[in-house]
Amino acid sequence: MPLLEIEDLSVSFTTGDGEVNAVNGVNFSVDRQETLAIVGESGSGKSQTAFAIMGLLARNGRAAGSVRFDGTDLLKLSPRQLNKVRSREIGMIFQDPMTSLNPYLKVSDQMAEVLQLHEGMSKKQAIEESAKMLDAVKIPDARSRIGMYPHEFSGGMRQRIMIAMALLCRPRLLIADEPTTALDVTVQAQILQLLADIREEFGTAIILITHDLGIVADACDRTMVMYGGQIMEQASTEALFAKPTHPYTKGLLAAVPRLDKEDDELLTISGEPPDMSRLPQGCPFTPRCPYRRDECPTIKPPLEEFEPARWRSCHAPVPEVTS
Amino acid sequence: MSILSVKDLRVTFDVPKRGAWPWTPPMKLQAVGGLSFDLEQGQTVGLVGESGSGKSTVARAIVGTVPATSGQILFEGTDLASMSVGDRRRHRRDAQMVFQDPLAALNPRMTVGDIVAEPLTTHYPEMKRAEVKKRVGEIMERVGLLPNLVNRYPHEFSGGQCQRIGIARALIMRPKLLICDEPVSALDVSVQAQVVNLLKELQRDMGLSMIFIAHDLSVVKHISDEIVVMYLGRIMEAGPTHEVTTKPRHPYTQALISSVPIPDPVLEKARPRPVLEGELPSPLNPPSGCVFRTRCPKARPDCAEPKDRRQYENGVRVDCPYFEVKDALAV
Repeated sequence: MPLLEIEDLSVSFTTGDGEVNAVNGVNFSVDRQETLAIVGESGSGKSQTAFAIMGLLARNGRAAGSVRFDGTDLLKLSPRQLNKVRSREIGMIFQDPMTSLNPYLKVSDQMAEVLQLHEGMSKKQAIEESAKMLDAVKIPDARSRIGMYPHEFSGGMRQRIMIAMALLCRPRLLIADEPTTALDVTVQAQILQLLADIREEFGTAIILITHDLGIVADACDRTMVMYGGQIMEQASTEALFAKPTHPYTKGLLAAVPRLDKEDDELLTISGEPPDMSRLPQGCPFTPRCPYRRDECPTIKPPLEEFEPARWRSCHAPVPEVTS
Repeated sequence: MSILSVKDLRVTFDVPKRGAWPWTPPMKLQAVGGLSFDLEQGQTVGLVGESGSGKSTVARAIVGTVPATSGQILFEGTDLASMSVGDRRRHRRDAQMVFQDPLAALNPRMTVGDIVAEPLTTHYPEMKRAEVKKRVGEIMERVGLLPNLVNRYPHEFSGGQCQRIGIARALIMRPKLLICDEPVSALDVSVQAQVVNLLKELQRDMGLSMIFIAHDLSVVKHISDEIVVMYLGRIMEAGPTHEVTTKPRHPYTQALISSVPIPDPVLEKARPRPVLEGELPSPLNPPSGCVFRTRCPKARPDCAEPKDRRQYENGVRVDCPYFEVKDALAV
């Protein structure tokens, strides 16, 4: 049985402009000790999927479907029961490490709180344990720095603190939502290395949400591409990059500027990202798709397993080129 | 003659000491320390560096919003610091800027038409309304926006479209020099490529000279003829794009290239990825000698000595006496 199994998950928000569907019927699973990448542009629903798993949707949001973690449906739990799962079983790291730490509390207080609440430790024990964890995420001189406030740390160090905090209760699943987007490239490389080490050391499964295909190639076993709140394609990272079959995946890969290629003009996906309150009935990518057919705007393509362990939802996949 | 020539530019900011007496002399933060480069007519220079490398300060010094502490900025042969009032006004027309956050750079209370027309109405107040309207329509079309959108407000546009409005506003003055400060880093990948291609196309058609600032070497590579790699306000390496990106010489350039993951799992997992340890030192208290030495894998004791480390090879300037040429994919 996979660690996390998501079936027909939908997220919708009630707004002044009516109902907005951020995620529409998403199915996927995460195995133990696996790293799954969720790739997509802004508005693709990748972060809302994660928030729905954690029960962190905004007040006007609603999640439907099922999210089974180790057999229990998280969507059916009461907030009190959910609190036991969060942090103990599933940890989460957010994009902006400054706004997700409390600026008024010392790092030691913020971290110890987690352990006091979930593991029932005394404050002294909890701080001791927290310092060990800061050591594990390679914060130099952790024992003396744990008494500092978040603003006294740099961006990269704050993200390390976030990771340490998420790992305190040794969760089996870590959800990282754009963990390196706010960081410089050299620091990004350090954090990615750290995530790889953590997976090795603690055996944590990781869902890495990102828009950067380079990070995906570097760090993830399996990749899921989202657009307009739906899954476009899902496959092992190697297969997806070697032979993208969905027009969106193909376009996305071609649009990334690369250091190792000598192409002068970047290929682009024409048009603009979708307006989530006015999605077409069928495939959300239709208006920008170079391969679209007559049925695309009206009939939603189902997510099909067209090859072993490769899923795709598309009426008009990229024609295969034999070379 | 180069359209722009920057000679030993230094920009220093005063930072008041916290908790000290008001008359205590302030600390000096050197944001740019001795930068020199030339920009030829119709070419693009890319400035690359991480946050705190001083690249945006360079841009602001060139448009004249931040005074140079020492050194020279020669725009078409005239030093910015010694320009007369009239020359300075002309320089502001000729050098335009495109900013990073496309939505924040546009006034939310002005219509797009007014935003794009504002430079014209400021610099040429005598221009007829019909003429302004015509020029706005032309430039909107040129950057790929429908001219009938002039009465809308910025919030009705997506990030990519807002960036096009920002580009239209900069180009309506028909500038000679366009400075783009991280123009695509806030955009989605698919839109990023559109904007990069648009900038290249406009440059070709209008004969623009460009300074392109970004932290992402792979984007800069696509648009620049020459690249200047900066760290803590100093040049680490500078030279033709092809040389710098395929055969990086300076240890910092090599680290920067190896930090950018390549979107190809086979290549990416095969190549060695030495990770640069540590973080950017405080610019208030930069390391002596070579500023990169605290994180440099090749640092030696004499790197702490203050001296000129400039070396030249194949038209590339490298500020490291111990540099080695490496293949970009093997670093």
